[in-house]
Amino acid sequence: MKRVIKAAALAMTGALALSACASTDGGSDDSGKTINIVGFAVPEAANKAAAEEFNKTEAGKDVTFSGSYGASGDQSRKVVDTKGKDTDYVVFSLEPDMTRLVDAGLVDESWNQGETKGIVSSSVAVIATQAGNPLGIKDWSDLTRDDVKIVTPDPASSGSAKWNVLALYTYAKSTGATEAEADAFLKKVFSRVTTWAASGREATEAFKKGVGNVLLTYENEAILAKQNGEDLDYVVPNHTFKIENPGAVLKDAAPVATDWLDFLLSDEGQLAFVSKGFRPVTGVDIAGVEVQGANDPANPFPAVADLSTAADLGGWSAINKEWFGKDGEKLRFDKLYAEATKQ
Amino acid sequence: MTDTLVPPAGPAPSRGRPSGRVKASSGRFPLTASSGIGLGVALVWFSVLVLIPLAAVIGAAAAGGWGAFWDTLTDAQTFAALRLTVVEALLVTLANAVIGTIVAWVLVRDQFFGKRLLDVVIDIPFALPTIVAGLILLSLWGPDSPVGVNIVNTRQGIFLALLFVTLPFVVRTVQPVLIELDADVEEAAASLGASRFTTFRRIILPSLVPAIAAGSSLGFARAISEFGSLVLISGNTPYETEVASLKILKFLEGDNQDGAAAVAVLLLIVAVLTIVALDVISRRVARRG
Amino acid sequence: MADTREIRARKGPVTYLLRIFVITYLAVLVIWPLYEVGKQTFAPTKEGAEGGISAFLERLSDPSVSYAFNLTGTVAFWAVLINTLFGVGISLLIVRYQFPGRRILSVLVDLPMSVSPVVVGLALVLAYSTGKGWFGEALEGVGIFIIGTTPGLIMATAFVSLPLVIREIVPVLEEIGTDAEMAASSLGASGWQTFRRITLPSIKWAVIYGVVLSMARSLGEFGAVKIVSPGAELRGETATLLIQNRYTNYEEPTAYAAAFVLVLASVLALVVVSLIRKEDHS
Repeated sequence: MKRVIKAAALAMTGALALSACASTDGGSDDSGKTINIVGFAVPEAANKAAAEEFNKTEAGKDVTFSGSYGASGDQSRKVVDTKGKDTDYVVFSLEPDMTRLVDAGLVDESWNQGETKGIVSSSVAVIATQAGNPLGIKDWSDLTRDDVKIVTPDPASSGSAKWNVLALYTYAKSTGATEAEADAFLKKVFSRVTTWAASGREATEAFKKGVGNVLLTYENEAILAKQNGEDLDYVVPNHTFKIENPGAVLKDAAPVATDWLDFLLSDEGQLAFVSKGFRPVTGVDIAGVEVQGANDPANPFPAVADLSTAADLGGWSAINKEWFGKDGEKLRFDKLYAEATKQ
Repeated sequence: MTDTLVPPAGPAPSRGRPSGRVKASSGRFPLTASSGIGLGVALVWFSVLVLIPLAAVIGAAAAGGWGAFWDTLTDAQTFAALRLTVVEALLVTLANAVIGTIVAWVLVRDQFFGKRLLDVVIDIPFALPTIVAGLILLSLWGPDSPVGVNIVNTRQGIFLALLFVTLPFVVRTVQPVLIELDADVEEAAASLGASRFTTFRRIILPSLVPAIAAGSSLGFARAISEFGSLVLISGNTPYETEVASLKILKFLEGDNQDGAAAVAVLLLIVAVLTIVALDVISRRVARRG
Repeated sequence: MADTREIRARKGPVTYLLRIFVITYLAVLVIWPLYEVGKQTFAPTKEGAEGGISAFLERLSDPSVSYAFNLTGTVAFWAVLINTLFGVGISLLIVRYQFPGRRILSVLVDLPMSVSPVVVGLALVLAYSTGKGWFGEALEGVGIFIIGTTPGLIMATAFVSLPLVIREIVPVLEEIGTDAEMAASSLGASGWQTFRRITLPSIKWAVIYGVVLSMARSLGEFGAVKIVSPGAELRGETATLLIQNRYTNYEEPTAYAAAFVLVLASVLALVVVSLIRKEDHS
């Protein structure tokens, strides 16, 4: 008996020691040929698709990728907390997360001077429904109905949630509502929310798990979910908000990271993003490109009649100053949210 | 039989060793030079690993001043999360106190085929990674549930997850005590005409109470701080299914470190109270023994 | 383990009722969900696709998956090693020596058991992160980075599993007392000799038991690791983080496969423990 146990204990120790050795051999990035990506949760699939294409180019041969994905604000904070160590390329849901890196001296101030103003991917806010749209949701105004149970990311932790809130707000304004009426509309929609998920991806997860019957999300996230066989449909409302995700290379990143960013903005890079449901940010021709999972694969990105942008609202610093407080500060959104969810 | 995978509270009811032992001499030496150095090294490591980081949490919570700390905790949503955490933890603890005792009783006193297997099963929730525990529960009680019950984003889901992860605590603290319980007293009671229930209530239960209490407080501490198994199950809905540990994560992800630290300090206080309670219980038991 | 008291139990309807209750409870709470995971692990991903062992192994052969298991193994190895050395030392000090603050220390070493893993992660970040931690700047000055690196993962893991070894050794040390040790030293044995010849053999099983427990706990740590790790594929993504990431990223089969491996590891640990127990009793 004793021997059996000794052998078992030895085997376990041995296995551990072995794995310890194994991992010191590999895993560490020795050459400058690894691009470490830190990004928000949503573009992971698109980045992977683009990385595959990048590997086929001259500059991208043998380059490996290591991606960290999570809530935008948290990811941005982590990069600052570690002073950009082991980070080459960052992509965030919204601009303020990038601004923090600029302020910390990690990203060059000229990051938004390029042709696309630092934006690497774009999409629009949409309403996802259960397959076949049993509730007949057509527009943002339907979200105040009693039978609607909304799943949305929580602006307290998610960047994508902020886009949704702005879409709702600008929709109300587009119908001629006053500020007070817009607030009342937002509150009414918020009171229909059953789940405030931590991130855009977790909202999709919760929706997948049968929580709620309407999901506020990005167009690309809905397309990706459909590509992965999820049973949902989505509606692009007549009025919606343009989502623009900034990406940049850190100051002391390996040079290959700049090649990667250039590639992302090239036609091949943008087409890889398009294949995963993002709208292109450059003038790349997507005629004839089929996007699986889109409502109409042949015409994946229907033109939106009335599209608001962050610039319309005075840019992100103005938006944050008015809507979303930091460090527990309660601004316009936080107040509406607190009132709407109060019990 | 008494595989206490969950570390027994305090004085460790001597895993299956003969009872009524006389404790060997418990004289303590004064520190020598080498043991003094050892103590120094151990204390430095303990401080670096545990004490300093915990102090940093308290420091961060205090940095915003008492007012900010208080504001965070009394914020309606945060307060609801804290209340839900405590209520759920208490409910689970209560359920475990009863069910855990029954399970321990059956595992010790009953004899049937497959009992040994059940005895190993008890420990699985403790040895299992918490994220895997969440995944496992979802596979039976999730959206693809074969029984058609979806507990995602419900309080029942949180209750179930906590019940799962805290299963071993009471069982494993009560089991050894039951084994060592002196049979003579029970038999005497029975021969004097006491019914089985009376024997249980008057003779057995009182001697189990400290073990149940110790197991319960371990379980309570675990339930209140549980995170991994709830990540995939709780929908994070404020007022409904948001618990304290997830609230901390939300604060962190939303870039509100002060808020996170404030809630963390409160959880720390509960943790300290729990281990002090454990210490008191175990010393009381030790005195009796 | 033939316990005389088991025989004594009278079998009435209550006995059977309780037995059935316990079996049902454990079956529904633990066994059935475990079975479902096993089923999902070996189920074919898509219709017509191959299921079974080969598909399972294929999912595990992905480089990022093997990296994650390697990293988890490395982190657990170091955390357990540190905790074992620290645990044996501190247990001896607490039980055998008299010094001011001894009682407080003996209570404090239990603290990590009750601290939420998220708080553990937050605490380490607030103390040691380069940008924000108390000691971040100083550590950066000497080229040490803790948060976002393997040492940070090891610290987080060591923190949560710290009391496990101590909790096993202390009761045994208290029980064996000091007679034999005193006899040895009065016969002229040095401190080290006494420890190696007298103390160590008697706490051997407790140490091994504690090590297996810490190992199981360390392999499965999630919350604390989630906060201190960069969580990137091939860079700080441990097995548990991989499970969450894959699960939320439409790669559920891989998540289930990795989870199944961890289930196997913890069941293995349990089997080892119960073997040790038997040995300990005999």
